[in-house]
Amino acid sequence: MFSNFDFGVIASSLPYLFGQGMVFTVTLTALAAAMGVVFGTLIAMMRLSGIPGISHLAKGYVELMRSLPLVLVIFWFYFLVPYIGAWATRSPTPIQVGAFSSALITFTLFEAAFFSEIMRAGIQSIPKGQTAAAQALGMTYWQTMATVVLPQAFRNMLPLLLTQTIVLFQDTSLVYVLSLTDFLGAASKVAQRDGRLVEMYLFAAVVYFAVCFTASFLVRRLHSRVAIIR
Amino acid sequence: MNYNWNWSIFFEPSPEGVGTYADMLLSGLVWTIATALSSWVIAFCLGSVVGVMRTLPSKAAQAIGTAYVELFRNIPLLVQMFLWYFVAPELLPEKLGSAIKQLPNAPFYTAVVCLGLFTAARVAEQVRAGILALPRGQRMAATALGLTVAQSYRYVLLPNAYRIILPPLTSEFLNNLKNTSVALTIGLLELTARARAMQEFSFQVFEAFTAATVLYIAINLVVIVAATLLERAVAVPGTR
Repeated sequence: MFSNFDFGVIASSLPYLFGQGMVFTVTLTALAAAMGVVFGTLIAMMRLSGIPGISHLAKGYVELMRSLPLVLVIFWFYFLVPYIGAWATRSPTPIQVGAFSSALITFTLFEAAFFSEIMRAGIQSIPKGQTAAAQALGMTYWQTMATVVLPQAFRNMLPLLLTQTIVLFQDTSLVYVLSLTDFLGAASKVAQRDGRLVEMYLFAAVVYFAVCFTASFLVRRLHSRVAIIR
Repeated sequence: MNYNWNWSIFFEPSPEGVGTYADMLLSGLVWTIATALSSWVIAFCLGSVVGVMRTLPSKAAQAIGTAYVELFRNIPLLVQMFLWYFVAPELLPEKLGSAIKQLPNAPFYTAVVCLGLFTAARVAEQVRAGILALPRGQRMAATALGLTVAQSYRYVLLPNAYRIILPPLTSEFLNNLKNTSVALTIGLLELTARARAMQEFSFQVFEAFTAATVLYIAINLVVIVAATLLERAVAVPGTR
């Protein structure tokens, strides 16, 4: 079964796999997660604002993103972003958007919907009395959010946010459909060039497993450490 | 923005020779639903078994259940898809491997198996959570009544656990449905793949993707309504 398993092809492609592929995957994950959390928090605040138009808009956006497959959303943005860019810059023709920027915009906006659900739960987990107390002290809405509610919400939700980031790390492999060179894309290109599908895909699976398993183990440890005993 | 909208494109014949572009998208929808339902059968049955194993008194059963869930949750679905489609036939004995490769609709069967096993890990987590959410007294009461372990799961724990986890199971079902689109990478002609093909043939990008979006939202709504009806139908009288 493994008699003609060729470890050489893995060893010789390591610099390419990690130097280009993994760097792409990690950069995309980190940037999309950071921006997704920011947008997600804003969406959650919009949804909890209670202002009719704004909260419905936020709810509609989240429900839309959650009912579509990520692959379809990737295709949508890949074709839509050049037109939005043209509209924003008043250019008569669709503007050129790099594949990385396109993927980054897609994952940021898609994950923002999922992060917003986590942040909504986080904001709601803060007792109402704290907001009331902040208002009684004369704080504005933004001061209350920035200094009282959000810091605690982030702390409470940190394990969930990180777990979602691990999901995001796995989901970035779907940029394969745009032929980008993320970690899986790099493995796939070597696999097809050298006719070594078995070795490359198994190696990719082992690496993803090792990274995600370690990360979720660390998240579980963090969870037990930051959990506030009530 | 100068994009030439042409909504009548759906009624024009597709370059495949039979039917219109609308027929092409609908055939994709049928494949999406068929894949989602078939893989859900595997996911639900296997997921229930694995979920139950994780709550059994036996340490070995717990370890096997945990290993299954960790293995299938920590590898991206796309990688698993490639493993089943490209790698698994190579690792099997040569005759069996080439027989699998020559199956008609091989992408469909591969996608069903892959999604079934992938989603089973998620279903298992829900089943386990449902069983652990029950008061401890229920298991003890079942034992005190003289039920065997199997009987206490069959008559006491699982009927309650499934009712508790119906909402999260619905969302796992929807996730499974959305995940069928990943199978386009191994050549399954499901809805997203068909929308993409329509875009390539007709250059009407946004019409094709809008139609696919509307169809996905429609199936989501149908599933949510069906789940609500199911929840009402199986509710224990007097519990809410």
